[in-house]
Order: sequence, then C-alpha cells, then structure tokens
Amino acid sequence: MPQDTLTGGFTEAPQQSARAFRSLMNALARPGTIEEITGGTGPAPLSAAAATTLLTLCDGEMPIHLAGGHDTDAIRQWIAFHIGAPICARNQAMFAVGTWQALTPITDFPIGTPEYPDRSTTLIVEMDTLSNTGATLTGPGILTTAQLSLPETAAFQQNRLLFPMGVDCYFTAGTRIAALPRSTKVEAH
Amino acid sequence: MYVAVKGGERAIDNAHDWLAEERRGPTDVPELSVDQIKSQMTLAVNRVMAEGSLYDPDLAALAIKQARGDLIEAIFLIRAYRTTLPRLGHSRPVETDKMACDRRISATFKDAPGGQVLGPTFDYTHRLLDFKLAADGETPEAATADPLQGDMPRITEFLNRDGLIQTEEPSDETPRDMTREPMEYPAGRPLRLQALTRGDEGFVLGMAYSTQRGYGRNHPFVGELRIGKVAVEMDIPELGFAVDIGEITVTECETVNQFHGSKTEPPQFTRGYGLVFGQTERKAISMALVDRALRWEELGEDNLGAPAQDEEFVLSHADNIQATGFLEHIKLPHYVDFQSELELVRKIRSEAQASTLKEAAE
Amino acid sequence: MSNLDPAQAARQSRMSLLAKSEPSRLAALFPALADVPAHTWLRTPEVGAVMVRGRMGGTGAPFNLGEMSVTRCALTLPTGEVGHAYVQGRDKDHATRAALVDALMQTARADEVQATVLAPLTAEATTANSARAAKAAATKVEFFTMVRGED
Repeated sequence: MPQDTLTGGFTEAPQQSARAFRSLMNALARPGTIEEITGGTGPAPLSAAAATTLLTLCDGEMPIHLAGGHDTDAIRQWIAFHIGAPICARNQAMFAVGTWQALTPITDFPIGTPEYPDRSTTLIVEMDTLSNTGATLTGPGILTTAQLSLPETAAFQQNRLLFPMGVDCYFTAGTRIAALPRSTKVEAH
Repeated sequence: MYVAVKGGERAIDNAHDWLAEERRGPTDVPELSVDQIKSQMTLAVNRVMAEGSLYDPDLAALAIKQARGDLIEAIFLIRAYRTTLPRLGHSRPVETDKMACDRRISATFKDAPGGQVLGPTFDYTHRLLDFKLAADGETPEAATADPLQGDMPRITEFLNRDGLIQTEEPSDETPRDMTREPMEYPAGRPLRLQALTRGDEGFVLGMAYSTQRGYGRNHPFVGELRIGKVAVEMDIPELGFAVDIGEITVTECETVNQFHGSKTEPPQFTRGYGLVFGQTERKAISMALVDRALRWEELGEDNLGAPAQDEEFVLSHADNIQATGFLEHIKLPHYVDFQSELELVRKIRSEAQASTLKEAAE
Repeated sequence: MSNLDPAQAARQSRMSLLAKSEPSRLAALFPALADVPAHTWLRTPEVGAVMVRGRMGGTGAPFNLGEMSVTRCALTLPTGEVGHAYVQGRDKDHATRAALVDALMQTARADEVQATVLAPLTAEATTANSARAAKAAATKVEFFTMVRGED
C-alpha cells in the first residue's frame, strides 16, 4: 500500500472528530448554512470536507459507494486504512461520494423503510463551489428561507415527497460543507 | 396529577462514599489487587468476560473489584465500557480444531484419538471444604509429562465419516450481530448462538436442565468438550493478509443427540454446539443443549411447546443485564404512579362499600 | 491469502508474535535496542474492539462470539519504513513498541532486532506453551479394562 494513502487521517482524533461532528450537525440542523470542516485529507479528487466527513461519520461497518471519478485505487486504499469501510454498489450504500453528475440518478440509492427510515444513503456531493445563491430552501431548521447553490432542484423535490424515507445530502467544496436533509422543501429561484 | 420532585443529591453522594468504604472493608485486612483477582479468581473473571461479551481479563478483574464481587454488576460495567470502544473489525472464525487444549474429554468415545485429557477440573474432587486453604496451605506443584504430539481431531468428525451425524454445512455468510441491529424473530441459529454465549449462565443452565427433565427432551451426550487457547486471526486491509491479533481461552462443547428421524431428516445423530469465552464449562454444555432444543424446526421435529424450544422466549430472557435493568428499576421512585394506583384502590373500595350498604339497606 | 512472499510471511509471523506477547516482556526487552529513531504517526494508538467469530459446530457457518480489546497504530521512520501493530489489550505503549519493531525489521537493523526482541519472545512463548502442554499431558487418562462383559 503506497504511503500517501496512509496519511491524511485525524492526528488528534477525539478533538478533530468532535469539531467536525459539530460542523456536520450544524449543517444538517440548519439546511443551507455553509460550515467550515477540516481535519482530514484524502487523495484527489476527494475534497478535505468530504474526507473529514467520511472520517467522522463512517467506520468498518458503514458501506460506502464511490461514484464516477471518485472510485480510484488511492481513495479505496485510503478508506481501507483510515476507516475500514467496505466499498459497495449503489443499492447497498449507507454513504456515497461523488460529483452530482456521477451520483445521479439518486433514485437507486436506499431510502430506508417505513420502520427504519434511517437505513438510507447519505450522499456527499462534491461541488466546485458552494454559495448561498440559487435554490430557495424552506422547512425544519430554517427560520424563513435559505438559499443554496444546488446542482438542480427536481431530484430534491422528488426526494422530499418520500418523507419520512429518502436520502440526505451533504454538499462539499474544499473545506466548506452544507446540507440538505430529506425534510427540506426546495424551489427553483 | 404529576408532582415533580427533586432532592436526594447529598444522600446519593454520601451513599456512594459509604459504598466505597464498604467495598474496601476493614483496613487492617490487606486490599485485594486487580492482579490477584485476575490470577486467582479466574473463573469469575471468565464469567464476566463471557457475559460481558468482551475478552479482557484486566478489565473483568477490575469490574469484579468495583462491583464488590457481584458478578452481574461487574458484567454491567463491562457491557457499559464495551459500548465506548470503536469496532476495529471482526476476526476470522476461530479454528477450535487447532486449540492448544488444557482439557479435552469425550463422554461418548473412550478411545478418542488424542486421548482423554482431564485438565484442571473440579469433576473428581470430593466437594469437601479444604481447610488447608484457609490456613495458607502450600499448593502442590502440577505434575508434568511429555507434551502430547499431534492435533486433537474433532470427535464428531468420526461419526461424520460414516454419515451417521448431521453435517454442519460450511459457509462464509456474514452473521447478523445483535449488538448492531435490533433483534427480529425468527432470529436464526447464528444470532441464537451469539445470544446464548453472552446469556446469563444461570438462565441458560436452567433452560438446558429443563430439556433434560423432559421439556423438549433431546437425549444429549457430550461428544466432546475442550478448553484451551486459540489464536484470533484478522484480515488487515492495509497489509493485504491476516495476522494473529491475540490469543483467547475458550470452552467448546459439542453434544451428540439421538434422533429418530423426521419427515425431512433420516435417523442420525444431531448436534448441539456451545462455544464460550474462558474456562466456562457449565455454560458451554448448557448452551449446546439449548442450541439443540432450539433447532427443532430445521430438523423437522415436533414443537412440544417446551420453553427451551421457544426461540423468542429463550432469547428475550437470556440477557441478565436487560433482565436486571428492568427488574431493578421498579425499586426506583414511582411515587406518582403509585399515588394514582392508591387513588384507584380507594375509589373501588368505597364504591364496593357503598353498594354493600345499599344491598343491606334493601 | 496463503500465497505470501517470504517477506510477508515473516511479517505475519512477527506481528502475530508481538500481538500475543505480554506488554511487560516487550517493555523489558525493548530498551536493549539502542538509538531507536523518532517516528511519525500515520495512525496514533487507538484502543478498540474486534468482534471474534466462531463457527457453528466448529466447521459450519460463522456466528459472533463476542469482542476482544485490541490496540492498533501505524507509524513511519525517518527513512520511510512503515510499521503496523495490532496487539491484544489496551496498552498503547505496547502497540507503539510493536509497530517500531515491525518497522525496524524492514531496516538494516533487522538481525539485531530479531536477536534482541523477537528471538527471546519466541523462546518464552514456546516455553510457556510447552509447560502448559506438559501439565495437560500429565492429566491424560490411561484406561485399564478390568472386565469386559460377554453377555
């Protein structure tokens, strides 16, 4: 295993994962809010935000799907060493990482069951940039409205209709992260 | 009516201090060390590891010390601790046929290859109190002989050669894990074995005994019982191969059970299986009997309605931490609930009294 | 996984030996290695649990037997060798020493490390195992058939 896949994990796991978890929690609790998240770095094209999210939320029993250009040997080995998670197909994924283009159509990811809506995929959508412009978000955790530069709106509107089932999304760019839980209503601006 | 109350903090603090003092006992008696418990109370340590479901003799010994020797309390401490540990992975299934046996006996085959090795057993002791131990008696040194050469083959494999015993189909299916997902019934044999191996020794023993007394009888013989060390091997993704990550002592029991055949299976011997952390022989034998009783359905036997045949009953009640948690919570404050019960009883009584008076008046 | 090259096979056997060794024994032998180079962590020592599995009937399908405590770490020497450790128990210093031994065994000092640390640990493990096996052998039953029934 080449050594660059052995670096980039947390150096102070308790503190770094706690800080990262707080960012992830805030992002999900306040849809559309852009948070900073740092601590981990993975092989390209994995962003620091996506790498840190995986390190914080995943373990050896959390199947991860690598979509499109993110399915590289280096990223697979990095995950094997730092997380130990099995790499899986779309329909078994608890987490999936990739660009929006690689992740769509999102309808073949698990959406949970009425008894266990938590048995659904969390998508980590890698973006070039992230800004509070574009689609309008309303719903739990949003005082009036919020805006986020979503890659599209139709897929998220469909996903909202599945509630309480459905997928949750994180959007990552560099060290920035925002979230769109299944409970948020999305309208094109 | 809901009455919120607070208070008791000082009483609780003082109770904890007194508990610590009572745990220590008279200070003119030397304090027990964790190492002493680990090396001299080994069977208690083994039980705590088995039912706490975490193999770590140092932690189990510490838990026993902290719990003042209350093993279920010690198991509770271990269970609480293990939830804080990240799961680093799972091992390959341990290869018990490669066990370095301290003990290996068969009640069915006198001339088992590899021999009958008694090991450090209580079996042939006279159960007379040994007052020499109270008087710091000297310990006799264990006798030695030339180590036995060669492997100790699994005894049930001999019966298997003649096709007289039901075969265990090898598989590499990932077993479900009751510590990771909620229990659903029917649970299936892998989950049953996990629940039994960490189940309460007294409960599993009682269930096993009930099958012997006729509640779901299955005529068991101990085909083989072995105790010893096995290596624990795990695949290491960053290396690309497996290494031993440690060595544990386990007790394995395989029963051979008479079976007259059913609609689906020919007459043959069937098996029950027990595998438990540590030197825990009573538990492993009990586990094997209960495992066999629970297999009635797959073997096409009749459901006799025996408790030990009822998977949901056995698995829902085998865990002593669940059981003691639910049982002991009823001693904690229930003032409000009880107040309403009291009101209800008073009301019913006054109504009954009123109707009696009315009848008497008529 | 049975087709390991000799270097992998050697690494497998030394990591297995270190995993099972007493932390106090490795701690006692380790200081005899002079000038152990400084290391950089790839993974700081981490205490966790590994789910141990068994097989139904010893040969059938796997089931979960219970967990064991394990400490692991990974480090690299200034010269680039990577040392891994997975050791039984919760001793982080023990895991660090085991990873350093693993890394040093990939350097020119392999023979020295083998002689100073691994050879004594191997010898002690062999002695301890055969002492136990000798006690077990002394409790092997020798049967004498007194009467064999005819009718």
